[in-house]
Amino acid sequence: MNRNVQLLWNGLIPENPIFRLALSMCPAVAVTTSVENGLMLGLAVIFVQVFSSCTVAMFRSYIHPRIRIPAYVIVIALWVTVIDMILPVISPDVYKKVALFVKLIVVFAIIISRLELFASKEPLVPSFFDGLGMGLGFTFGLVVIGAIRELFGTGKLFGIDVFDSGPLLIMILPAGGFFVIGFLMGLFNWIEYKLTGKIPTSGGAH
Amino acid sequence: MITTRILRFAIVLVAMLALSLTGVNFSEAALTGSFNKDNEISISFSAPVDEAWGKNPANYNVFQKTDPDIRIPVASVTLDPRRTSATLKFQDPLNMSSEYTVEAKDVMSDGKLLGKLDFSVKKSQAQVLFTIIIGAMLINNFVFTKYLGLCIFFGVSQKKDTAIGMGITFTLVMVLSAIFCWALYTYVLTALQLQFLQIIVFIGTVAIFVQAMDTMLRKVNPFLFKKLGVYLVLIVTNCIILAVPLINVDSGYGLFESMSEGLGAGVGFAIALFLMACVREKLELCRVPAVFRGLPIAFVVAGLFALAFLGFSGLSIF
Repeated sequence: MNRNVQLLWNGLIPENPIFRLALSMCPAVAVTTSVENGLMLGLAVIFVQVFSSCTVAMFRSYIHPRIRIPAYVIVIALWVTVIDMILPVISPDVYKKVALFVKLIVVFAIIISRLELFASKEPLVPSFFDGLGMGLGFTFGLVVIGAIRELFGTGKLFGIDVFDSGPLLIMILPAGGFFVIGFLMGLFNWIEYKLTGKIPTSGGAH
Repeated sequence: MITTRILRFAIVLVAMLALSLTGVNFSEAALTGSFNKDNEISISFSAPVDEAWGKNPANYNVFQKTDPDIRIPVASVTLDPRRTSATLKFQDPLNMSSEYTVEAKDVMSDGKLLGKLDFSVKKSQAQVLFTIIIGAMLINNFVFTKYLGLCIFFGVSQKKDTAIGMGITFTLVMVLSAIFCWALYTYVLTALQLQFLQIIVFIGTVAIFVQAMDTMLRKVNPFLFKKLGVYLVLIVTNCIILAVPLINVDSGYGLFESMSEGLGAGVGFAIALFLMACVREKLELCRVPAVFRGLPIAFVVAGLFALAFLGFSGLSIF
């Protein structure tokens, strides 16, 4: 398989930021009351991840190893500021719901860990695909959780009625987010156990 | 393993906050009223007023201080037996976090005309701050209802000792960085109209305080320092600490409000950490299904806590 395609696939499933690496869990619980919110934040994360990966990959030889963490934080903060100005213009209604978390992208562990582990060592093109893959994997996780919570919590999907039975209110309450993620992680572990015969240890959760 | 020194520092900080609270309320010379319930205001006069005048709702003009054109209709007025204080009742609940003005027109006292009196009605500073602290601590607990700081929450909640130490460290960093971020935002960013730089400036401030905490803790309590290990540095990349200044700016809080928000958030986070650590110490001894071991079961436990914290949502003190 072409290496770039492999990097994309790697971020989407084998090293999925939410279910496998268990990084940046806060937004995964917080904004996933509907698919729309999850998609919005996912797109913002793709943007920030891709652009900061590319920036760091381009300037990696100029960044002194000792001050690399502050340098990465500044780069991320720069792109977060940019997306924070763009999003309210594109979709003001959805932005209002996820505004706090768009600003908080700057402290998402997934982004800085990709810069540290990948973009600081690899050239521009692989870094681009790695960033894109991780961003897509993150969006995929948010959309899956959002879809489950919106479907059971309100009986709708993308705001369209799917079934008219009484909604399961707990799903859109704060507690529901924790439950859904806990059970999804268990499910993913179980699938992996069935496929490979061993139980994976989950990530460090930060 | 809490060192007395860290505790002492925390106590001094709380004492400073308490002192500053008592100092705030003395400077009000104008006539004031107070909220009774969310649809009642009571005001008091210096001399007994005439009953016929006092019970007529048309004699009072009530409006929010920010828009004087919108009059709020008074439903009924009751006078106390000594006729020196009146209670105004309204049909709709008032917004108790904003300031109201009550104008009493042509006040009649024993047949004499006293002219117009203005009363300003707002919650006292102590009430406002207490509400903010309780709100950030219990009602909108940062972990269980705002889902912030989950990384550290799941990472450090395995042992009670570390949980307590981490909670105190967090509270200190949050209060200090809330004060500094407020000062920077008000006097530098707003003054130079550079508000869009808030994210970069705030994260820099937080990073400085974490570094300071790191240096201090290394000297004051090497044991705790070793135990916290990598998580101390991780405070920088933690949403809960950056969220406090951002929320403060969004809600337009002043210095003391910002401090209370930081304090409430920190204490709330410490409570959450401690509760979770207690459960997880017990969980070690339980037979959890293999696929749920580790993080998945921790998430389910956190969900149960979040359910319990929903009970606080109806809580209102003032």
